[in-house]
Amino acid sequence: MYNQTEIIKDTSELGADGELVINMGPQHPATHGVLHLVVTLNGETIKKIEPHLGYIHRSIEKMCESLTYRQFIYVTSRMDYLSSHINNLGCALLIEKGIQIEVPDRAKYIRVILSELTRIASHELWLGAMAMDLGAFTPFFYAFREREMITDIMEDTCGARLTMNYIVPGGLMYDLHPDFQKKVKAFITQFKSKVTEYEDLVTNNIIFQSRTKGVGILSAEDAISYGCTGPVARASGVSCDIRKIYPYEVYDKVEFDEVLETAGDSFARYMVRVKEMNQSIRIIEQLIDNIPEGDFVGKTKNVLKLPKGEFYTRVETARGEFGVYIVSEGGTTPHRIKFRSPGFSNLSVLNHIAVGGKIGDLMASMGTLDLVIPDIDR
Amino acid sequence: MFSLEGITTSVQDWLLMKFDPTMALAIECVIVILLSISLFAILGLVLVLMERKVAAHIQIRLGPNRVGPGGMFQTVADTLKLIMKEGLVPDKADKFLFNLAPFVVMMVGMLLLAPIAFAKNFQIWDINIGVLYISSVSSLSVIGILMAGWASNNKYSLLGAMRSGAQIVSYELSAGFAVLTIVVLTGSLQLSEIVDAQQNGWWIFKGHIPAVIAFVLYIIAVTAETNRAPFDLAEAESELTAGFHTEYSGMRFALFFLAEYINIFIVCAIGATLFFGGWMPLHIGNWEAFNHIMDYIPSSVWFMGKTFFLIFLIMWFRWTFPRLRVDQLLNLEWKYLLPISLFNLLLVAVIAILGWHF
Amino acid sequence: MTNEEIKEYIPTLAPAATFDETGEWLNVIVSAEELKPLMSALRNGKMQMNYLFCLTCVDFKTHLNMVYHLSATTHRQSIVIKANLNREQPVIETVCDIWSTAEFLEREVFEMFGVHFTNHPDLRKLILEDDFKGYPLRKDFEDPINMIKL
Repeated sequence: MYNQTEIIKDTSELGADGELVINMGPQHPATHGVLHLVVTLNGETIKKIEPHLGYIHRSIEKMCESLTYRQFIYVTSRMDYLSSHINNLGCALLIEKGIQIEVPDRAKYIRVILSELTRIASHELWLGAMAMDLGAFTPFFYAFREREMITDIMEDTCGARLTMNYIVPGGLMYDLHPDFQKKVKAFITQFKSKVTEYEDLVTNNIIFQSRTKGVGILSAEDAISYGCTGPVARASGVSCDIRKIYPYEVYDKVEFDEVLETAGDSFARYMVRVKEMNQSIRIIEQLIDNIPEGDFVGKTKNVLKLPKGEFYTRVETARGEFGVYIVSEGGTTPHRIKFRSPGFSNLSVLNHIAVGGKIGDLMASMGTLDLVIPDIDR
Repeated sequence: MFSLEGITTSVQDWLLMKFDPTMALAIECVIVILLSISLFAILGLVLVLMERKVAAHIQIRLGPNRVGPGGMFQTVADTLKLIMKEGLVPDKADKFLFNLAPFVVMMVGMLLLAPIAFAKNFQIWDINIGVLYISSVSSLSVIGILMAGWASNNKYSLLGAMRSGAQIVSYELSAGFAVLTIVVLTGSLQLSEIVDAQQNGWWIFKGHIPAVIAFVLYIIAVTAETNRAPFDLAEAESELTAGFHTEYSGMRFALFFLAEYINIFIVCAIGATLFFGGWMPLHIGNWEAFNHIMDYIPSSVWFMGKTFFLIFLIMWFRWTFPRLRVDQLLNLEWKYLLPISLFNLLLVAVIAILGWHF
Repeated sequence: MTNEEIKEYIPTLAPAATFDETGEWLNVIVSAEELKPLMSALRNGKMQMNYLFCLTCVDFKTHLNMVYHLSATTHRQSIVIKANLNREQPVIETVCDIWSTAEFLEREVFEMFGVHFTNHPDLRKLILEDDFKGYPLRKDFEDPINMIKL
C-alpha cells in the first residue's frame, strides 16, 4: 500500500511566526462532547482550526454489518443521542421502503409527534448549553425545566429518557401510555407561556446580540458546498427542510413553515432554532387531538431480509439531514451501511467561519453550529 | 435603642479607668484589628453563601440546604476543605511573589475597611481625604493580580492577569469620576461630612439627574473592577484560560476567593455611603412622624441593609447577563462610559454652582 | 430532466458510462479516470448539481466501488455516480475543489478503505489514531482482539 509517511503533512509548520498553538478539549466545558480542536492563534485572532476527531469512535458502520435489520436501528440512538427518535425513524423508514411494509396511520401520527417532541427537547438543550458558553448561566436551568417535561413523557411511553428504543420497522414497539395526550397538552400550554421568558432573557439581551450578530458568517454558496444542512444552512437562506422537500410520514398533511433567515451569522442560526421550536409546537397541536385508532404496528415477519440492491432514506433531525444508505446482498445483515450524519458536514464548516475572528467568537460560532460529537465520530 | 456608638464609648471609658492612656490605646488597636479580621472572615462566609443562594433561586433551584439549617455552615465546610487541600507551588514559579500575591490583595481589602462608617460614630479612621484614600488604595489590587499572573510561570495565567489588569485600570476612571460627582455636591472628601450632608435626604434623591447617572456609572464600573460578570472574561470557566489564579490551590486560592467577595462588599459599602446616605435613615422632607419612626432602626442596620441591597444587585447581574468579549468590554469603557462621566462631571459642577440641587 | 435525457447527456461527458436503473435514482457507472471531468461538468454545466450529500465506498470482494450521491438545490433531482476501483491500488481523483464537503468525507474513506485521492489538500487519518494499521471497513480486515465473530 502507499507509504503513509508521505501523506502525513509536516505538522512542524504550525507554530511558526510567533503564533500560539493551543488545544481546546477533548475535555472542555464548551465543546459539547469530546472534540479536540487545535487552534492556531495570532494574538487573539484565529488563524486556523483543525478538529481532531475519533475520541468516541465506536466503529458503528462495521458493527452494523454483523447486526440484523431489526437490531441495527437502535445503534443510531447512540449516535445523535439528542434526536434518537428521529434517527430510529430514518432507519425504520428505510426498511419499510425496502421490504414494502404497510405502516398503519396511528403509528405514523405518533411517530411524527414523537419526532417533533424530540426536536424541541434537542433545541432546548442546545439553547441552554449555548447560553452557558457565552456566560449566561440561568437560561440553562429554564430550558431544562421544559426538557424535563418532555423526558418525563418519553419515560412513561418509551421506558427511557435518552436512548428511547421505541420505533420498529412497521410502527411502534408498544402502544402509547394512557396519559400521553394529557401530558403533551400540558407541556404545550407551559411551553407557550414560557417562550416569552427566553425572548426577554436571551434574545432581546443586547450583550447576547452583540456577541452573536455578525459573528461566523456563512454564505449560501459555502453552505451548499460544505454540505451543511438543517438550521445552519437555513440561517444562510438555503431551503433544505427534508420535511418540506421530500415529505415522509404525515408531514404533507400538517401545516408548518420552513424557517429561513438570510444573515448567515450566529444570531440568524439562533433565531432559526428558536422559531423552529415554535413550528414544532404548531405541528404537535395539529396532530395531538387527531391520532387515529387502530393498530400500532404493521404485519411483519420476525426475521427481516432486505432484497438485493441499494436503498437510501433521509430524515430531518434537529441538526440537519440524516441519511441512511444500505447496500444489501439479500441476507439478514446488511453488506454495507453508511450513515450520512449532519454533524460531520456542519463541523467541516467551522474552519471556514471562525478563521479571522476572535476566540470569544469561536464560542459563539461553535455553539450555534450545534455539534454532537458522537454523531460525527460514529 | 441599640447603638454601636454606645458600646464603643463604654468600652473606651472602662479601658481608660483601668489602664493609662497609651496602654488603653494599644489595647484598642488590638481590639480593632481583631474585630476587622473577624469581620473579614464573617463577611466572606456570609457573602459566599448569599451568592450561592441568590444564584440558586434565580435558577429555580434551592442551593445549599443540607449543611446546617438552611445551609448556613456550607461555607465553613468549604473553607475547611480548602485548608486541608495541598497547596501546590509550580516548579519554576517565582516562590516569593507567588506566595505574596494573595496577601497583597487581602491587605488592600483590609486597608479599605478603615474609612468606612459602619454606624453613627463608628469609623476606624475618619481621615479628611477619605475618598481619595479609597480611590488610591483600591488601585493597589492590580499589583497583586499582576504578581499572581507573572509568578505562576504559565502563559495562560499571564494572559488572564494582563487582561484583568487592563480592565481594572480602565474602569477605575469611570468609578473615580462617579465618586467625584458626589464630592462636588458635598464639597468635601471626608466621608463623615458626606454622610452628614445627607441628613435631609440621600444624595441619589437630592442630586437628581447627575447623581442618578453617576450611580449607574458607578455600579457598572465597580462590577468591572471586581472582575464580576458580565465582565469576568479573565476568569471565565468556559473560555480558554482560568485567569490569573489558575495555579493557585488550597489556602492561597481561598484567600483570592475571599478577597474577591470582600472587594464586592467594600465597593458596595462605598456606594451606599456616597449615594444612599451610609448610616443615615430614610428621612422624607418634613414628615416628622415618619422620620421619627425611621430613627428607631439602628444606624448599623441601615448601613448593612443598603450595602447588602447593592451586593444583591451586583449578584443579580452575574446570573442574568452573558459575558462581554474583551474588546467589547474596553470599548464600553473608553467610548461610552468615559465621555458620559466627563459630561456628567461638568453637569454636576454647573448644578452645584447654581444651587439647583435639593 | 428525465432519466432518458440524462442517459443521452452523460455519454457526451463520459463516453464509457453505463447505467443502472434498478435503484431509486439513476446510477451512472464510470471508470476512475473519467470521474473528475464528469463531476466538473455536472457541477458547472446545465445540470448544476451543487449538493454532494453522500460520499462513500463499498467493498465488494473483488473490487472497491466509490459511490457519490449528487443533488441540486434548484431542481431537486438526485443522481448516483459510481466508480469501480482496483482493490490492490485504489487511486482516484479528488473532488474537493468542486464540493468542499468532500474534504472530510474523502479523508474518512481514505482511512477506512485505503483509497488514495490524488491532489487532496490534506489526506490523513481523520477518526482513527495516527498509527492505526490496516483499513477497517474492508471485508478482509482481521482484528483478533477487537472483532468478535458471532
